[in-house]
Amino acid sequence: MTLFAASRAGWRQPSVLPGFGLTFGFSLTWLTLIVLIPLATIFLKTAGMGWSAFWAVGFSDRALAAYRLSFGTAAAAGVVNALFGLLVAWVLVRYQFPGKKLVSALVDLPFALPTAVAGIALTALYAPNGWIGQYLEPLGVKVAFTPIGIVIALVFIGLPFVVRSVEPVLADLGKDVEEAAATLGASRAQTFVRIILPAIGPALLTGFALAFARGVGEYGSVIFISGNMPGKTEIAPLLIVTQLEQYAYDGATAIATVMMVASFAILLGINLIQAWSRRRAMA
Amino acid sequence: MITVQNISKRFGDYPALHDINLTIQPGEFIALLGPSGSGKTTLLRIIAGLEFQDGGKVLFDGEDVSDRKVAERGVGFVFQHYALFRHMTVAENVGFGLSVRGRKDRPSKSEIKARAEELLSLVQLGGLGNRYPAQLSGGQRQRVALARALAVEPQLLLLDEPFGALDAKVRKDLRRWLRQLHEQMGLTSIFVTHDQEEALELADRIVVMDHGVIEQVGTAEQVYMDPASPFVSDFVGEINRLPVMIAGGEVQLGGISLAIPAGEHPDGPAQLHFRPHDVELADHQPGGLPITISNIFRKGGCWRVEGHHAAVDRVIEIDLDAGVAPPIIGQQLVAFPSKSRIFAAGCP
Repeated sequence: MTLFAASRAGWRQPSVLPGFGLTFGFSLTWLTLIVLIPLATIFLKTAGMGWSAFWAVGFSDRALAAYRLSFGTAAAAGVVNALFGLLVAWVLVRYQFPGKKLVSALVDLPFALPTAVAGIALTALYAPNGWIGQYLEPLGVKVAFTPIGIVIALVFIGLPFVVRSVEPVLADLGKDVEEAAATLGASRAQTFVRIILPAIGPALLTGFALAFARGVGEYGSVIFISGNMPGKTEIAPLLIVTQLEQYAYDGATAIATVMMVASFAILLGINLIQAWSRRRAMA
Repeated sequence: MITVQNISKRFGDYPALHDINLTIQPGEFIALLGPSGSGKTTLLRIIAGLEFQDGGKVLFDGEDVSDRKVAERGVGFVFQHYALFRHMTVAENVGFGLSVRGRKDRPSKSEIKARAEELLSLVQLGGLGNRYPAQLSGGQRQRVALARALAVEPQLLLLDEPFGALDAKVRKDLRRWLRQLHEQMGLTSIFVTHDQEEALELADRIVVMDHGVIEQVGTAEQVYMDPASPFVSDFVGEINRLPVMIAGGEVQLGGISLAIPAGEHPDGPAQLHFRPHDVELADHQPGGLPITISNIFRKGGCWRVEGHHAAVDRVIEIDLDAGVAPPIIGQQLVAFPSKSRIFAAGCP
């Protein structure tokens, strides 16, 4: 009993706001209900199929190619979004221009748009006879029905994550810090790399992680532009749906399990890097 | 020598500075003193190169630096809210100015470290180099900011309300210490403040500003004892201000001629300024200000007496030597300003 009390006191920070027990309990229940139980059923369902069957479906050549494509394109799109999202956030925070509110609202649009709409629109643009595709085709650049098309779709749906993560941190970064760097002789580039980037780094990483996670799970916008050739442009979520359509529920959950474990490991890793960099900044 | 010539600056429709001229000698410690909106910070930032003037020139030793960027001006700047780099240790903060130099002029890593440590002990923070700014108190952070500014060996040190965010006790200590450091390092320094006490205590010369113009430049003694304008008289130190009439060489208030020479002021309305400690009290005498004592309290080493002047409905503040017995509330007395100044009416 005393041991329990001691360990409890260990987590518990004295605070003027009461209710740690209540809120902690509630969030745990909520997470269990919303996240943990649905995910656990996937594990349970997979566990029923046996190790060799799981291995055969979850790590087939087709599945492996799909994982590589899903995680690879999501990572590439995350990087592109980190760069351009930062640029958009920078412009939105630092400059006043007419129509700024409109641009800001435009950034959120990929959140609200049904992903299939985005997929159809992008396919129409980038198909070999589309508005943009017809000019890329003679140059030998194929976008639609290739991994590049998938990256473009994922960039589209992931942009708001980076912009909205970085924006408040950038706004909070005092102008005097930049001015201080300038008075000490730093160039604009040095100020950006050594002062601004470290300050917004954790937020940028958060934005990247969110965009990446969204990209890994994205289905609707990708299936139109990817062409869905097994082993080439077939993303993992599509493979799951294909399995379901063939009533191979075990196969679907096996693939889902592999994806889930991999995603969780990657996101946990990003979180750890973030905690470390934040500790360094706030120590 | 720093010369500011005919500097003017507008922010949109708001004239921040109007035709400012100022010369600062090497080794001087200058205070830019004024209320908020007086343009003092704008002037400091223009000298630093953080802000650019619409007209006029800034000269360093006779050389026009108006087109030079802040990084090329060789000034140290200390910000009101420290502006430390949060993700760097204290030593990295101090060494930053050296570490961003071009490869040719850049000292080695160990040299930068040694220099940072040396500067930190100069600002009495030796041994704290490995801490992060968040682990320091406000006064310590401002000293780090100062060490960081000094690391690039500036010819001119500029401080924007350097003690504004600190509590009174720390401010006082830091003030004295900054003055010592200024002399010890042979710096030329300009600091902005709205605190007249700070300016009077620290500066060799005080530049009093209001509404984008310089009202007076002078030593603490000159500015306090011989204010050039009603604004300076009012802003620096405490003052009693009464509306008077000048008629036939006499100063009149509420129909009574005061025992104060009108000097060369033309007839018409004017304002009479006198400091609380330049007033004597008497029982009945002609030519004084008849007052009814309304309040008395102890103010440091003297009595602060407040007397109501019925004819103009103003309260006059008077400081009396704490050694004498103070008057009683309700007592009717006559106040004589022993030293006073007359300014044209209409000014603030």
